[in-house]
Amino acid sequence: MNILELNQVVKTYENHTAVDGVSFNVPKGRIFGLLGPNGAGKTSLIRIITTITRADGGTVLFNGESLGSRHPEAIGYMPEERGLYKKMKVGEHLIYLARLKGLSAKTAQSEIDYWLEKFGIADWWNKKIDELSKGMQQKIQFIATVIHKPNLLILDEPFSGLDPVNTNLIKDEIYQLNQQGTSIIFSTHRMEQVEEVCEEIVLINKGKNILSGSVKEVKDRFKENLFEVQFEGELPTAIEEKFRLKKRSGNSLIIKINDGDDSNDILQYLVKNDLHIISFKEILPTLNEIFIKQVGN
Amino acid sequence: MKIIIALKHCSIKKHSLNIMDKLWLIIKREYLTRVKTKAFIFTTLLTPIGMAAFLAIVVLIFSYDGDSQRIVLKDDSGIFAEKSIKDSERAKFFIRTESLDELLETYKEKNYNGVIHIPAKAATPGDEVSVTYHSDEQISATTKSFIESKMASRIKDFKIEQSGYDKKKIEAFATSVRVKEKGTSGEAKDKGDRASIATALSLIIGSIMFMVITIYGQMVMRSVMEEKVSRIVEVMISSIKPFQLMMGKLIGVGGVGLTQLLAWAVLIPGLIFLVSLIMPFIMDPPNIDMGGVGTEMDMEDMENRGIQFLQTVGEMNWWQILPIAILCFLGGYFIYSALYAAIGSAIGDDLGEGQSFAIPISILQGLAFYITIAVVQNPNSPMAVWSSMIPFFAPMVLPARMAFDPPLIQIFFSLLILFASSVLLVWLSARIYRVGILMYGKKVTARELWKWIFYRG
Repeated sequence: MNILELNQVVKTYENHTAVDGVSFNVPKGRIFGLLGPNGAGKTSLIRIITTITRADGGTVLFNGESLGSRHPEAIGYMPEERGLYKKMKVGEHLIYLARLKGLSAKTAQSEIDYWLEKFGIADWWNKKIDELSKGMQQKIQFIATVIHKPNLLILDEPFSGLDPVNTNLIKDEIYQLNQQGTSIIFSTHRMEQVEEVCEEIVLINKGKNILSGSVKEVKDRFKENLFEVQFEGELPTAIEEKFRLKKRSGNSLIIKINDGDDSNDILQYLVKNDLHIISFKEILPTLNEIFIKQVGN
Repeated sequence: MKIIIALKHCSIKKHSLNIMDKLWLIIKREYLTRVKTKAFIFTTLLTPIGMAAFLAIVVLIFSYDGDSQRIVLKDDSGIFAEKSIKDSERAKFFIRTESLDELLETYKEKNYNGVIHIPAKAATPGDEVSVTYHSDEQISATTKSFIESKMASRIKDFKIEQSGYDKKKIEAFATSVRVKEKGTSGEAKDKGDRASIATALSLIIGSIMFMVITIYGQMVMRSVMEEKVSRIVEVMISSIKPFQLMMGKLIGVGGVGLTQLLAWAVLIPGLIFLVSLIMPFIMDPPNIDMGGVGTEMDMEDMENRGIQFLQTVGEMNWWQILPIAILCFLGGYFIYSALYAAIGSAIGDDLGEGQSFAIPISILQGLAFYITIAVVQNPNSPMAVWSSMIPFFAPMVLPARMAFDPPLIQIFFSLLILFASSVLLVWLSARIYRVGILMYGKKVTARELWKWIFYRG
């Protein structure tokens, strides 16, 4: 079951097409990476999903229903450029945003208490937003995004500007919300974070999706059949006739095998030649490499 | 245990808010965050106090005429020998018989300000008498005209006595003429002395309208720009429609303006009343002499005029003026603030650019203000009538005309046009606003704003 289904979505502005026939599905309860370089059309897509703007073509389904004005209350969106009303107090600001998402004043109050307590900032209720540091404001922004328990959470660069401690804090919260069933769209440039956090991804470039699938699938698709071996002992000189060596340094080797060849052949050959194998692993491309390669093309 | 809490926390009651609920939330925030600020409370309270103090000071400055003058009368004509001029606050007169040369040498030592020489021929018949004021000090214009009128009156009395006519009989010939205005159906239109009071009040009302509409219109612009620059607008628009956000802001900020206007409607007349109680004669506009008032006016007369001023203010058709002023404020505020909101949404963080886009609006408002000043002089002229039909000017012109009882039909059409235009302009501005607030990093031209109106969102 998908929480979100985009089918041939198009968005055009005056003289350029920001989103050009993009299709992808976000499965329920997954952490989904929406990737792409600057100006790829990510923000345009997010604005369509959050009903800020309308698509000019294609369909968007939310929980199987055509996306409409009822759905924003089930969505939590944290934009990359964050903003809060500087002159408001933390408590009244959170209540205001929660009420706009459909919470009653009483529920909003208890939810805010819960989150402030959880983040250890219960005494911030009466602090003015402009008294807070950027990182502190980001915590408030995160609470404002999740306060109404959205089914779908859209986070645009959620860790930018956060120190490692707070990054981990927010990351843990994201995992926890995900475990409770919240589907999450995670938009970022930071590929190492995507590998760590996301289960599925879609890569957008120039308004088109050029790649999608689970992280493992995508990596498999772009793997180059490279294997790294660490060993002890003397390498037979004939190895270069048997295999294509990509790299050789000290007691480590990177070997490329042809499609259809078996990686076990490498191990058998080395063992037969009295080498002691310390480690053997396939080298998969990082998402960063795939990203640069695809976007570069 | 933690898991149980987390699971318990999982369920949450949500109820879909309708459009009006959300709009109300926005209005409430926009209103309360502004009304609760110290700046608002201070300006609301201090402006009327400042205005009353300013008025009192201006009146004091104009009514201040220095210390009482001590003036010697050297009378060769004998007119003043029997009956001198009555002393007053302005000047005291002393008849001396020394020679003129002697007097001119000694007047300073004896603490006089100057010497008036009345030649002998002053007593001979003729319609003009020249007297000479000798002094090293400059005499003020008001004191000079005061002396002239007092002396003329005394010389006239002297000549009447000399001629043997009965003074009372002659005085009975004096006739004053007064033009009374009446409408064709017979209703009294005359305001008499009240016309000048009505003019002053109209100017005050027109200026307040101009001030409030400008201040709150620009407040809307700044607020829209802040929301766009801080990007909170993106979070907001994911919960509500841009139109709701804009309307919420317009109504909320307008409510703040209305609160201030109502507070001033009570405080300003109240304080003026208070000031006029403290110095009733000074508050009388005819007495605020901008030069040469030669009228004889004793204290009693002045006090009567002060009371008349209060009576006139009290008799004004406030029950018509105030509601119309409030309606005009609302109409004008929505027109101007919607335009300001559209500009604020289009330009974002470039305040300089914002100012240049706002120039045409400022010109319109400036024009409205000057038209108001002209209209107050002639409140039923064709310009007054037509300018109150133009929605950009009506909010200031119409309330200013109200003190002069314009025809009801004109009020009706003026308000009708005003409100129809404000609905249209709010709609047009909202079309620009919904595109503008989400547009970043693009230099906006007027042509582009026009295109946004027709853009399909």
